[in-house]
Amino acid sequence: MARLRLVRGNTACAYGALSAGCRFYAGYPITPSSEVAEEMARLLPRVGGVFVQMEDEMASLAACIGASLGGLRSMTATSGPGFTLMQEHLGYAALAEIPCVVVDVMRLGPSTGFPTAPAQGDVLQARWGSHGDYPMVVLAPAGVQEVFELTAAAFEVADRFRTPVVVLYDEVVGHMMEPATLPELSELVASGKWRRPSPPVQGTYLPYAYREGTPPPLVSFGEGPRYHVTGLIHDESGFPTQDPDEVGEMLRRLNGKLPEIPAGQLHPELVATGDAEVVVVAYGITARAARAAVRQARELGVRAGLFRPRVLWPSPATALRELSGRVGMFVVAEMNFGQWAREVERLVGRWAEVATVNQVDGTPLSPQAILERVLEVTGPVPSAAAGRKIP
Amino acid sequence: MIPDVRGYLREARMPHILCPGCGHGIVLGALLRAVHTLGIPQDRLAVVAGIGCSSRLAGYVDACTLHTTHGRALAFATGLKLARPELVVIVLTGDGDGLSIGGNHLIHAARRNVDLTCILFNNAVYGMTGGQVAPTTQPGWLASTAPYGHPEPAFDGCALVQGAGGTFVARSMAYDPLGLQSILTEALQHRGFSYVEVLTDCPVYFGRYNRLGEGPELLWSQKARFGEVGQMLQAKRFVTPDGTAPAGRVEGLRFGILHRSERPEFTRVCWSQVKQGGNP
Repeated sequence: MARLRLVRGNTACAYGALSAGCRFYAGYPITPSSEVAEEMARLLPRVGGVFVQMEDEMASLAACIGASLGGLRSMTATSGPGFTLMQEHLGYAALAEIPCVVVDVMRLGPSTGFPTAPAQGDVLQARWGSHGDYPMVVLAPAGVQEVFELTAAAFEVADRFRTPVVVLYDEVVGHMMEPATLPELSELVASGKWRRPSPPVQGTYLPYAYREGTPPPLVSFGEGPRYHVTGLIHDESGFPTQDPDEVGEMLRRLNGKLPEIPAGQLHPELVATGDAEVVVVAYGITARAARAAVRQARELGVRAGLFRPRVLWPSPATALRELSGRVGMFVVAEMNFGQWAREVERLVGRWAEVATVNQVDGTPLSPQAILERVLEVTGPVPSAAAGRKIP
Repeated sequence: MIPDVRGYLREARMPHILCPGCGHGIVLGALLRAVHTLGIPQDRLAVVAGIGCSSRLAGYVDACTLHTTHGRALAFATGLKLARPELVVIVLTGDGDGLSIGGNHLIHAARRNVDLTCILFNNAVYGMTGGQVAPTTQPGWLASTAPYGHPEPAFDGCALVQGAGGTFVARSMAYDPLGLQSILTEALQHRGFSYVEVLTDCPVYFGRYNRLGEGPELLWSQKARFGEVGQMLQAKRFVTPDGTAPAGRVEGLRFGILHRSERPEFTRVCWSQVKQGGNP
């Protein structure tokens, strides 16, 4: 039976992966993500999976992709500098359409930066860090239970769309302890769900022949027809092509395969947006501060709401645009200098004002800082609440 | 009788991309004959390769083939082998791919003793990018990025892999396909990390820049330089056709099976931990 336990986000991440059937982990230690590796090293052999500490982050994701082709759901976890090194193989997995999950526990950058301090500076790298145009799914949990849930969901999305999925959260979410309902080890052992089933194939297997906008299920190496996988632009059969028509068509299909909401449970969370005049947009740990700020603003008579994306990429464009039809002001709160705010600006900037509140000093944004910014953009508070102090 | 190994090739993918005079095909032929001799079923064969001329060979082998990123084939192969220990996994890599950008993965694959057969094609040059120096280019040789003679010493890949803990280390040459085939046959049977470095040629860049002639002359010159007949041929045109010897001295490379040892194989060790449920 699953039971409530007091664990940190990085532990919940490992449990989320195992409960989704992840049976391969290859990684390289880096603060503040190392606990994910340590949990996986401890738990994987007990549930029928393999852990390997690789020589670097390039090798880590490479090994995950190799194991995924072999039929094991695979994951690695890292932080900023390591995530930068993984961009090469995120691009490879995106183009070769091999499912894998990469957890990035964000610390303050650039470069070695401030390794033990939280930040949200990898939001654009997660989307655009590798060269070329490619699809990418980036999930952003805001608490320990949600780390568990979204990590598990990441594997479903990765397999369904044959794509790498990034689970992106900050150091605070990774290290803070909260009660979370996690499965027992015995349940994970019993689940036995440790190899991706290969679909039956009639005739030739065309690993890149899309049906209804998505690639066909992956056949594991050694389980069916022999085929070729390459990081070169390829045709439906998987072999390289230089025909401009095929190249263009392949890249159009690849870049169009993700729906806006890659899985049913991944809609953005809306809090008190029904009558809101101003909506705070925040994700990860910042969303928790924003939730408090919204509550405090309401107490002061400001009709504030919260928009919390669970999926940062593809960005929840429809939900945001819908909101901008009735909300004139957005305040994007981030622990960076406005990375996701650019996306909000792009999506709703024609219809609404987009302000930002940013903090890039190695500490999480406080509810107060967000509240102050909200009050700045909404102007003087209504007279009834005017005399009250900001809590 | 040399067996017909065309069944191991994706003939529909021909013609191949290699240049006339390139020795890579000779190496692939020897490899496929070794695979055939051992009776390895194609469905159990995986070929993983990096980036470069030699790595493109993977696409011509009718097996599960994985053409990866520059230098990192061994890391992909490690993951694949761990996930599917029953597969015979062969890694094709070049000297730039395996010893320069992928040097770290090479030494760690050797240290782990993963049951992979790594074949490193050493033509002393970056062919696919147009003739730049490789970590195997000897000092004094000419390349597009060493127009005045290469100022650096070269790697001895075999010594490197042996030092890193590789349990089967050998060197052969495209000039000697039958000797190569027998070495590859033994490498494929070895349980653990096997490394076979093969001297091959790039007439289009290395041969041309260094005035060593076309494919046959170039392979001859390798044989002459390193083989037992070297003394006899040293003065002949095969080594330095125009009489201008390269500035640097070529260090003697050793050939044959250079090292063999037994150590626990990584895949087995990992899966035995799994079988024990994490209880040592």
